Amino acid sequence: MTEQSNRLAHGGLINRDKRLSFKFNGTGFKGYEGDTLASALLANGKGFVGRSFKYHRPRGIFSAGPEEPNALVQLRSGAHQEPNTRATVAELFDGLWASSQNHIGSLEFDLMSVTDLAAPFLSAGFYYKTFMWPKAFWEKVYEPLIRRSAGLGQLSMKDDPDTYDKGFLHCDLLIIGAGPAGLAAALTAGRSGARVIIADEDFVMGGRLNAETYGINGMEGHLWAQNAVAELAAMDNVRLMSRTTVYGAYDHGVFGALERKTDHLAQSNGKPRQILWRIYSKRSLLTAGATERPIAFPNNDRPGVMLAGAVRSYVNRYAVAPGHKVSVFTNNDDGWRTASDLQKQGVEVVAVIDVRNAPAPVSLNGVETIHGAHIVDTAGRKGLKSIKLSNGKTIATDCLAVAGGWNPNVHLTCHQRGKPEWREDILAFVPGGTLPAGMQVAGAASGTLTLKAGLQDAAQSAETILNDLGMAVKKSESFEAEDEAHSATSFWHVKTTGKRAWVDLQNDVTTKDIKLSYQEGFRSVEHLKRYSTLGMATDQGKTSNIAGLAILAECSGKTIPETGTTIFRPPYTPVPIGALAGRARGKDFRPYRLTPSHKWAEANGATFVETGNWLRAQWFARKGEKGWRDSVDREVQMTRASVGICDVTTLGKIDIQGKDAAEFLNHVYTNAFLKLPVGKTRYGLMLREDGIAYDDGTTARLGENHFVMTTTTANAVLVFRRLEFARQCLWPDLDVHLISTTDGWAQFAVAGPNSRALLQKVVDAPFDLSSEAFPFMACAELTVCGGTPARLFRISFSGELAYQIAVPSKYGNAMMGVLMQAGEEFGAIPYGTEALGVMRIEKGHAAGNELNGQTTAANLGLGGFVSAKKDCIGKTLSQRPEMNPEDDIRLVGFKPVNTQDALLAGSHFITKGERENMANDQGWMSSVAYSPSLGHSIGLGFIKNGQSRMGEIVKVVNPARGVNVEAEIVSPHFYDPEGGLQRG
Amino acid sequence: MSRYSGIKVFLEGLTGNKGWKPAWREPEPKSHYDVIIIGGGGHGLSTAYYLSKVFGVRNVAVLEKGWLGSGNIGRNTTIIRSNYMLPGNEPFYEFSLKLWEGLEQDFNYNAMVSQRSILNLFHSDPQRDAFVRRANAMILAGADAELADEAQLRRELPFLDFDNARFPIKGGLYQRRGGTVRHDAVAWGYARGADQNGVDIIQNCEVTGFQIENGVCTGVETTKGAISGNKIAVCVAGSSGHVMAKAGMRLPIESHVLQAFVSEGLKPTLPGVITFGAGHFYVSQSDKGGLVFGGDIDGYNSYAQRGNLPVVEDVAEGGMAIMPMIGRARLLRSWGGIMDMSMDGSPFIDKTHIEGLYFNGGWCYGGFKATPASGYCYAHLLAKDEPHPVATEMRLDRFKRGHLIDEKGQGNQPNLH
Amino acid sequence: MIINHPLLGPRDAAEFVYLGDASLIDRPDPNADDAAEAFYEYGYLRDNPAGEHQELWYHEQGDRSWLVVTRNTVTHEITKVEIAREIAKSRGRSR
Repeated sequence: MTEQSNRLAHGGLINRDKRLSFKFNGTGFKGYEGDTLASALLANGKGFVGRSFKYHRPRGIFSAGPEEPNALVQLRSGAHQEPNTRATVAELFDGLWASSQNHIGSLEFDLMSVTDLAAPFLSAGFYYKTFMWPKAFWEKVYEPLIRRSAGLGQLSMKDDPDTYDKGFLHCDLLIIGAGPAGLAAALTAGRSGARVIIADEDFVMGGRLNAETYGINGMEGHLWAQNAVAELAAMDNVRLMSRTTVYGAYDHGVFGALERKTDHLAQSNGKPRQILWRIYSKRSLLTAGATERPIAFPNNDRPGVMLAGAVRSYVNRYAVAPGHKVSVFTNNDDGWRTASDLQKQGVEVVAVIDVRNAPAPVSLNGVETIHGAHIVDTAGRKGLKSIKLSNGKTIATDCLAVAGGWNPNVHLTCHQRGKPEWREDILAFVPGGTLPAGMQVAGAASGTLTLKAGLQDAAQSAETILNDLGMAVKKSESFEAEDEAHSATSFWHVKTTGKRAWVDLQNDVTTKDIKLSYQEGFRSVEHLKRYSTLGMATDQGKTSNIAGLAILAECSGKTIPETGTTIFRPPYTPVPIGALAGRARGKDFRPYRLTPSHKWAEANGATFVETGNWLRAQWFARKGEKGWRDSVDREVQMTRASVGICDVTTLGKIDIQGKDAAEFLNHVYTNAFLKLPVGKTRYGLMLREDGIAYDDGTTARLGENHFVMTTTTANAVLVFRRLEFARQCLWPDLDVHLISTTDGWAQFAVAGPNSRALLQKVVDAPFDLSSEAFPFMACAELTVCGGTPARLFRISFSGELAYQIAVPSKYGNAMMGVLMQAGEEFGAIPYGTEALGVMRIEKGHAAGNELNGQTTAANLGLGGFVSAKKDCIGKTLSQRPEMNPEDDIRLVGFKPVNTQDALLAGSHFITKGERENMANDQGWMSSVAYSPSLGHSIGLGFIKNGQSRMGEIVKVVNPARGVNVEAEIVSPHFYDPEGGLQRG
Repeated sequence: MSRYSGIKVFLEGLTGNKGWKPAWREPEPKSHYDVIIIGGGGHGLSTAYYLSKVFGVRNVAVLEKGWLGSGNIGRNTTIIRSNYMLPGNEPFYEFSLKLWEGLEQDFNYNAMVSQRSILNLFHSDPQRDAFVRRANAMILAGADAELADEAQLRRELPFLDFDNARFPIKGGLYQRRGGTVRHDAVAWGYARGADQNGVDIIQNCEVTGFQIENGVCTGVETTKGAISGNKIAVCVAGSSGHVMAKAGMRLPIESHVLQAFVSEGLKPTLPGVITFGAGHFYVSQSDKGGLVFGGDIDGYNSYAQRGNLPVVEDVAEGGMAIMPMIGRARLLRSWGGIMDMSMDGSPFIDKTHIEGLYFNGGWCYGGFKATPASGYCYAHLLAKDEPHPVATEMRLDRFKRGHLIDEKGQGNQPNLH
Repeated sequence: MIINHPLLGPRDAAEFVYLGDASLIDRPDPNADDAAEAFYEYGYLRDNPAGEHQELWYHEQGDRSWLVVTRNTVTHEITKVEIAREIAKSRGRSR
């Protein structure tokens, strides 16, 4: 084959100076800059490019745009492999590598094409009626076979190597589609000073002007478009976005748009492949044009059968002859334009077959014109060879241009459930129902299908929008252009018996399938789609939905509008998942929150753990330690023996001020806060309004009208939100103000018998840390390290003599060093979240595993904290009868009978002698640890009537892990149950 | 009535598929029925099916405002599972899974029940502990559950992001018997089965009001006229709020929109259902090859059957976080379903305080997997006036009593369930 | 969606957190005789209308105002946005 055998010698909007090489299925070809992969393949005589979904029939390039059902390829290779890429919109670049998909063996000899022979048995929905016996065969035999033959392209299974960006844009007017209507509107709005964004999915703006031979204002259409684009580009208030698909219309004028930045380049060179834009518009104008629809006739799916408008695109825009002997099959005047354009470009047209008995709208020389006839069959398995007509005649042809009329591109008007309306005069659906807020539609998309009328409609729409926005229209546009011949005929398919006529080319849905669906009772459009799979392919029925509907209407004897409409959902064309995710992947999926002493911890051997968005030190391994347990055991033992330091900044901190602050706390905590003295800290328990325990922490009174609350790490944001709700919505007259200071203060637990001695070295004189001056639960504002402001709380989570000291966050990292240095003489160690957890379990404190949103204060053994004397959030509903059943669960401790046994969290409890089933389930183990202080495993768990079962031995069953042990119910306070140490 | 079979498909194929009959009749409503089911979605149709098949109640109408199966049965992510934790839920969902397992032979329709397994990933020690608790609850209730560690998952699912994840994958909870079902086919199979048992399925028939006198509901007003019934069974999850408002009832339910997504068709990519534990994303692959996925609800009350961009992006981020190989797969279509989000995340199958009026709803976004058991238990309640043993706790008054079935521990805020 | 914040102007709804029906402002009197019933209804029963809905949104990534937004649950159209604290006061809530 000679190079680019089907490339015309002249014309086209391609750059013949830039020759590009590409490969398809391993064979090298040439094309030009300005080509799509489809136009370049056609230029090289490659019309057969794929296989259909179900029957694996040969498929050729069908369209020249995003509606393409057939020409899907795998673009690029390796990790860059991109399945299901429509060749008709893939811009050609030098070195492009593509392969066909959905076949076993080569494209030419697909082993799966045997399914075509079985077609009579594979009618619509056949799979719902069979494959049921034997039962096990569905999953073992049938389904794997179906899955292998279904699907289309293949993912590489490798991480997507590209990056994607996201951005936000704002405008007065978003114009969607830069064809003649879009450009006309943009000129009007742009010249009037409006902030305009005009977006088009194509890489050249101008829409059909680039594919047709229209003239505007005495210029060739594509030159007029070029001039318009140039004028718009010079305006500061206009942003031109080519290669940008506005894929979805969302609430309140927000649109999603995908801009392809490097898809047309061989390599992205570190640039983002695509950008996902969120466009905020005051108004939008949809000028998305129209899509041509085919006519269904027997064996209409052969490579070489194409849309007539697409044939014009290839000839006029790409200077490619899709065939050497082209014929046209039409039901309207527009089809004839294809014949005349082809002739003008010197492509042989052998015949025009018009289903109408009407005179030819144009005169053609040397072309056989046949009126009132239709096609009854075609021949040519891998490429069209001939067509057979209803008059008995057979015509040899290698390309058939089919013109069935045009459907306005109403897609985005449906995205907020707007229902298109039928217009009988153009036999098409136009935008109807409720359009997205602020949207208007103009040009072909609104059903104004001819050029001059479309231009004027669009300019007029832009004027209306400008007026609406209160902007003056600078200059009304008028256009010299022709309104081309246009008509529509209700001829959707050639009625056939026996032979198959395709409606949905990709999913292999034929007219028979539609009739069968109707016959079987699937009579609403939605049933039809779902049963037959019509319109469910990657093209979402852009060329098949209306014909399907028309045939369904025919079956029922109803009109098309009586039968229904099809609406479209986002996205207009498929959007890569990678683009929707943008940069939020891998380690950047969510931001990290680092504790103030993170650098110190990193430098001192910390292993970190994700705690929500925080990264916290989990333990600090030392040389010689063989595993995490060694480190954690040591940290616990050293803390309990001397002193340990832990960054607890992640606990939520809320600053509460105002003369009603104490009253406010009384509302939100179950226990009383009115009488908490200044300089004291109190444990507080919070319920949700539904009576379930929600959060706990300590709140310190630093001044008469000044409190500092701590929350759990997990609930820091949520508690603050709820407090603001209580403050603003429930008790709006209280004089109280809240601010989150979680990130403002670095806070460290200093725990262990030597904590006082250590801290005494850090606090500025004359601050007295003695138990008399600063007893358990005391708090104070003070300075440390010679004048650094600080807050000190004598509270203990570990059960030891312990403090928490807070300094402004910027000093946090330094403070950690200072504390460690001051502790050197005591052998102070840093400890992480694991040791923190072990010590709290040893003390029997509830944490996230216990405060899980399902447990009551009573369940937690905290019933005494719910004040009987006052109301608080959650109190009333906590008193509902079945929240306080007689056999309620209670948090208790568990000790393995055999102290060598390890208890496992998530185990359930079964009373000894009872069978292990749900009816006998007594509760579950919520937290476990190896207690270095006690030398064995310990657990906290909820068990029915736990408080009255002390000493009972229960079965601790864990069938999921295959471990069953026995444990004794004990007090949850394993370590220093009297609490003498922390008060010491 | 004709049974479907491979032989029948073959014989019909030989004769041009001319002999296939409508899968269901298109009857006009009679003036009276023993039971009127409002809502021809999955649950309404399965209720009719089991009423007529198991409980012998055949004078039944199903009234559907649009086309049968047009509710959430036609717009979900097709997942079946019974991996619940609480005694009020787990036996019910396990019963449902067992019904799924024999469903196709039972109603003679291939709904493509595919027990491809469901895997819930976990990413932290506390999450693992909660999953172990759940796994054990499942096993104690007679269901299957299996814990997988990271090493096992690395072998089985090498495409997951183990080495660069923001929230490391530490393991997962498998339910091997979980999987997916061809959702529309469930509605069609139940409809065909119910129709064959004499149930009248009346499409395009909207209920506009209830006939209630002296605290007794005796029938409904519809766009096809008044129809009387001994028992009126509402089954319109998503629209429960405004349908029950016609009976003067306020419910512990808010309606929320949940978006779902499907990619272009791909050759086999994912073995089963996989869910992300540190974000909102769950995914499976359909027999046709599309990746079917979803995430969180949009979060605000809505009846609009469509959602907004922030959730679309959040879901895609969740997907890329655990399986960055899907970056070049394209989102083909998205849609929105309206969910009855209840106050504890669990549903209702109950009588109401109005005699003769029954209510089934509050399925949150877990209604699909419940379809068989929901219908079976609702049919049991309608036929015997007492709850089925696995649905005894799904009562409307449980909030008043304080008996919550709150799997997630989120309390009375529906959009958090 | 875009919420036109009375103090800050139009803001993307993604900056906000949704709570639910604005009746959550009307916390019952815990000392009333019917408090148990009133709290049950307050906590659990919702009008859940298909149409105009008054609802609470919190500007978490903004000024931390709670707002009462009047929004249509069928079309998502927002017709009014008010400061919740003022609504609460106008409904007689005090301290």
